[in-house]
Amino acid sequence: MFYREAGDFKTSYLSDSQTFPIRFDRFRYYAVLAVAFGVIPFLINDYWASAVFVPFLIYAIAAIGLNILTGYCGQVSLGTGGFMAVGAYSVYKLMTAFPDVNILIHVVLAGMITAAVGALFGLPSLRIKGFYLAVATLAAQFFLVWLFNKVPWFYNYSASGQISAPERTLFGVALTGPNTDASVKYLVCLGFVVVLAWVARNLTRGTVGRSWMAIRDMDIAAEIIGVNPLRAKLTAFAVSSFFVGIAGALFFAVYLGAVEVGEAFGIQKSFLILFMVIIGGLGSIFGSFAGAAFLVLLPVLLKNVLVGGLGWPTDLAAHLELMVVGALIIFFLIAEPHGLAQLWRIAKEKLRLWPFPH
Amino acid sequence: MTKTTLMTLALGAALAAGPALADLVFPDLSYRTGPYAAGGIPFSDGYQDYFTLMNERDGGIGGAKARVIECETAYNTEKGVECYEATKGEGALIYQPLSTGITYQLIPKISADGIPLHTMGYGRTSAANGKVFEWVFNYPANYWNAASVAINYLLEENGGNLSGKKITLLYHNSAYGKEPIRTLEELASKHGYTFNSIPVDHPGQEQKSQWLQIRRERPDYVIMWGWGVMNQVAIQEAANIRFPMENFIGAWWSGAEHDVSPAGQAAHGYKALNMNRIGDLPVFDDIRQYVVEPGLAAGDGSNVGSVLYTRGMYAAMLAVEAARTAQGIHGTPDITAAMMRDGMEALEMTNARMEALGAPGIGPEFSVSCENHGGSGMGIVQQWDANNGEWVALTDYIPSDNEVIDPLIVQDSMAFAGENNITPRCE
Repeated sequence: MFYREAGDFKTSYLSDSQTFPIRFDRFRYYAVLAVAFGVIPFLINDYWASAVFVPFLIYAIAAIGLNILTGYCGQVSLGTGGFMAVGAYSVYKLMTAFPDVNILIHVVLAGMITAAVGALFGLPSLRIKGFYLAVATLAAQFFLVWLFNKVPWFYNYSASGQISAPERTLFGVALTGPNTDASVKYLVCLGFVVVLAWVARNLTRGTVGRSWMAIRDMDIAAEIIGVNPLRAKLTAFAVSSFFVGIAGALFFAVYLGAVEVGEAFGIQKSFLILFMVIIGGLGSIFGSFAGAAFLVLLPVLLKNVLVGGLGWPTDLAAHLELMVVGALIIFFLIAEPHGLAQLWRIAKEKLRLWPFPH
Repeated sequence: MTKTTLMTLALGAALAAGPALADLVFPDLSYRTGPYAAGGIPFSDGYQDYFTLMNERDGGIGGAKARVIECETAYNTEKGVECYEATKGEGALIYQPLSTGITYQLIPKISADGIPLHTMGYGRTSAANGKVFEWVFNYPANYWNAASVAINYLLEENGGNLSGKKITLLYHNSAYGKEPIRTLEELASKHGYTFNSIPVDHPGQEQKSQWLQIRRERPDYVIMWGWGVMNQVAIQEAANIRFPMENFIGAWWSGAEHDVSPAGQAAHGYKALNMNRIGDLPVFDDIRQYVVEPGLAAGDGSNVGSVLYTRGMYAAMLAVEAARTAQGIHGTPDITAAMMRDGMEALEMTNARMEALGAPGIGPEFSVSCENHGGSGMGIVQQWDANNGEWVALTDYIPSDNEVIDPLIVQDSMAFAGENNITPRCE
């Protein structure tokens, strides 16, 4: 009944190769965009922005970034936290060095700097694979965090080593700093998410994405049919780091406003984003959103239900939250090893046949 | 959805209750989970129990009931922001996050929202300059005072001369641990000791290489800026390399019972700073009678009187006194966050007042003013007696070297003012 091609005739190559070929799916996508841009900004308050939507959107960008590298190109990375730190410290240095330049340009530039750093740390991937590459990226994680702690130039010689985002405006509206409106924060992150997800979706459908997937599926075979592994792997590292860098820049400038590298971008962050990608589904843009939603929103929801709704002690709720989230991760991975994205695909298949499955 | 339902319920309850006085809301951003929980639990217990005592024994503060909203941060800045956003709409009067990282997050936010922040002996040291930081307070003492108190104590031990001595700082590699470095460096050039600092990364369970370095360099004194599990590990490692415990001095966040007890007898003689006195204060009897025995305590009551419980209670006591001062200034029991700030700025703690509160000599005498949000900046040195399992105060309140600290505070706070376009007040 839902998700049917019946009656949806394609009369041009353009419409035949569109991202959402099924009409129902396309309208669902437009409806989500309409709600996200047209409804939520008017209803959002500080709590919903700072605790729910902004972290969800930022983690979704990071998860898409890691998914490009791990899900599409098959290169395991544990350096995501370190690359987010590169994005955050780049945007901080740019913000304070060139205060008159638009902050959005700084965020994109920070992504590019991270892309360069990511490509550099991607070089070992040309010789080592799998678990060995994971260890090499782990080195990147620890090295970058150590670097931002050790060299005072990165934090402008502040006494505490903290970096704080000063207020920056666009057309007189504050985009960073404490006076930023909840809806502005949300719209900035949403804008980046929509554009970046669109770019990622189309990159992965095109030549570049196909060469990544060829490398992922069997690198020797890919090399024989003419895929250049150097190019494919380094572009995957660069594009992935670009996304992760933008996520780090927004995480610092828009979401938290002040960070400390060891605490905000430590190894836990790398694992968190890797878990998002695995739970959401490797090699799926939708999966990145689903994984980010699962690991960002579920703890907040559980906390509000247990402490706010049932009035339980906060420590009991915090411990239970860890157990429930952990149990759900195991449950979902046993029920569907390919992640939430695969569950969604199966649900769509079932919906096509519903209510007459035979 | 749950929030809206809750709010409707709360609104309904408020309407049903009629024109009663609104509660005075004191959010408690505590951490009872994670690697820093050992310090977070007793502090939060003390903080909450004192407000419960006010409600049970005195019927509230100036007639208005105190309400504590607890929110678990796990010492994590992201959760801290969530907690702040979740509680600020409830009419929060003051925030005390017990985390330097969360403090740095909150300073711009509370300044924009107009809610005072009290970071007692932690947070951003230069917030002591009230001319720049209108909403932030860090009385009675701050990190730079602590560093200076430690050095002053060592000067006294060495007959006023530290030249040629080697002092090493073992610090938590975060904003918290880095705070004292600049002061210790300034003091090194003044007093002629050799200064060296060694970082320990979060959470601090692995310190073999740091202690190997200490063993090799053989410093005369080790000063530690640690928190959470890092303290216990450091004391155990110091015992393992047979570092003389009496030459090992912790900051006031590294000097609680649970920090030294895991090392057992080996921790005997370890020293730590403290910003408040400990001991069996009369107020604890009231807490046992009115809070613990009726089963209203935030914890199980076993922490009453411990170092961090006392400090948490002292934090609540200062908040209550500031609220009373605010009620006096504005002539209403129903104060707002802005009135609370006025009360904090006019706060005066005298020995007579502390005695009247059942806590004689718990802290130094100090008064807060528009310019000075940092209090008197004094601290004591205490030593662990492993035989009796208790901390013994070695000194009375030691003043810090304001000649060195004041210019540093002005320099750092004016840099902040410049970055954020703040015009200094109080002139």
